[in-house]
Amino acid sequence: MNRGAPNEGAMNTAMGIEARFQCRFEDFALDVTLTLPGTGVTALFGHSGCGKTTLLRCMAGLQPAQGRMVVNGECWQEDDFSLPVHRRPLAYVFQDTGLFPHLSVAQNLHYGYRRIASGARQIDFDQAVRWLGLERLLDRMPQKLSGGERQRVAIARALLTSPRLLLMDEPLSALDDASKQDILPYLERLHDSLSIPVIYVSHATGEVARLADHIVMMAAGKVTAQGPLQETLARTDQPFAGEDDAAVIVKATITGRDDRWHLCLAEFGDRQIWLRDDPRLSPGDPIRLQVLARDVSIALNRHRDQSIQNLLPARVEEIRQGRQPGTAIVRLVSGDTPFLSQLTSRAVEQLALSPGMAVWLQIKSVAIVG
Amino acid sequence: MGPEWQAVWLTLKLAAVTTALLLVIGTPIAWWLARSRHWLRQPVAAVVALPLVLPPTVLGFYLLVVLGPDGLIGQLTEHLGIGLLPFTFEGLVVASVIYSLPFTVQPLQNAFAAINPQLLEVAATLRASPRDRFFSVVIPLARPGFLTAAVLTFAHTVGEFGVVLMIGGNIPGETRVLSVAIYDHVEALEYSQAHWLAAGMLAFSFVVLVSLYSLNSRFGNGVVR
Repeated sequence: MNRGAPNEGAMNTAMGIEARFQCRFEDFALDVTLTLPGTGVTALFGHSGCGKTTLLRCMAGLQPAQGRMVVNGECWQEDDFSLPVHRRPLAYVFQDTGLFPHLSVAQNLHYGYRRIASGARQIDFDQAVRWLGLERLLDRMPQKLSGGERQRVAIARALLTSPRLLLMDEPLSALDDASKQDILPYLERLHDSLSIPVIYVSHATGEVARLADHIVMMAAGKVTAQGPLQETLARTDQPFAGEDDAAVIVKATITGRDDRWHLCLAEFGDRQIWLRDDPRLSPGDPIRLQVLARDVSIALNRHRDQSIQNLLPARVEEIRQGRQPGTAIVRLVSGDTPFLSQLTSRAVEQLALSPGMAVWLQIKSVAIVG
Repeated sequence: MGPEWQAVWLTLKLAAVTTALLLVIGTPIAWWLARSRHWLRQPVAAVVALPLVLPPTVLGFYLLVVLGPDGLIGQLTEHLGIGLLPFTFEGLVVASVIYSLPFTVQPLQNAFAAINPQLLEVAATLRASPRDRFFSVVIPLARPGFLTAAVLTFAHTVGEFGVVLMIGGNIPGETRVLSVAIYDHVEALEYSQAHWLAAGMLAFSFVVLVSLYSLNSRFGNGVVR
């Protein structure tokens, strides 16, 4: 968004975000130490009640906690020092939007904007309005908006404070599917053109797959795994690997199209995969594919007498017991791209799978997530 | 100005001054009562509500004692050169402020409690300081509460009698308010004058309440709670 503006933080971005927090509640304790990249979208991912929203509130200063918070070289909290919320140059998008009911859309947008010194503004009012498609909504009152529209206003209002860190607390979870589809493209554009770091709390794999670059997995107030999205999701020891919606993300490029069969070809590394055609895609487009572990099966030989179209040569890297008895989770690498496959333990034994083995991956279906 | 008009004018002046003072004093008390979890909250709430249950004469009696020459505050005011407050307009104002306190605090407290606390967090993340949040979020959202508080306080002060009689007496132009004037007329069997004032008050009260309700429902439509 502020691509054209000189980026004074550019030198510091390498320093990233340091967050360390401890706080105790009656039934739950948060104890987290994180070093996050200073750009891109980091997903805080975990089941509800794992403490991800509490952590986000600690970062914002909304939840008092012992700890330390440094954002790209700027210290917000350390030892006895803690900036009050209104002095932290952050923006926070709440789950249920928190639009002021006594103010119109335009007045809501102006609320934060006019509290920023004009010299410190990096995002122009009209730009944000255009960006989130709010031109025709400016005079409306919040209660006359749909759920998706409300969330778009909340996002624009947050951006208009020219934050140095954008915190988003499940911004889509209160929305129905149609509104989610309405708002996801806006979030993607945000991701593609915004240079400020975003921390995005979510429990929905689809959203994370689509938006995140980096992922922090949490359970019971602690971090269980973290790292770049693609790598981390493909780890067999991450807490979600054994679950039903375990999946990996493949970053690919559209390279071709087959009009006769309504398919298009996506390439990643030196591998190719066929997708169902989508009129919005054209050659050269970068896409993210989500491949569920349960949609990946393994064959020892290349079978041509079966229906699955996407067969890739791969190597077994690791085999691990699944969460359910009698299941196994296998990590494979095809080219440089990791995949997970969910199998029964019996299949693992019958195929005599072991690390290092060359096999064929059969991918039953692929979802384009972004 | 005839004595009747003098009583009307005095009553309106007393009610206006009391309402203005109480909005200033009652707002922080109501805010604290609505938000605090301090152990003193319940006792303070009870003290604020006392004038609702006490007979006005009891309140007036104690005020007379405390503000009088032997009372703590009486000695203080004399020491400060203000003189004694009983049987003066200022004394009436002090008494009215205490007597009408619950009528200001309770509507405000309810209005504050109805504000979603998340909106204050939102305002904080949008760079509003605590003071700024109070003026830009709390006051506009509690506007119907402020209106109710102001109207109830004003009307209740106009209608007070027992406290006034105890602490103000019946000095024309100083403490002789409408309700006392009506009482005097009735005592003197001047029913037509009493009617004139009483009917006026009845009409006044009715108009006040009707405008309050219609204003509140108009605000209510604009604001989702």
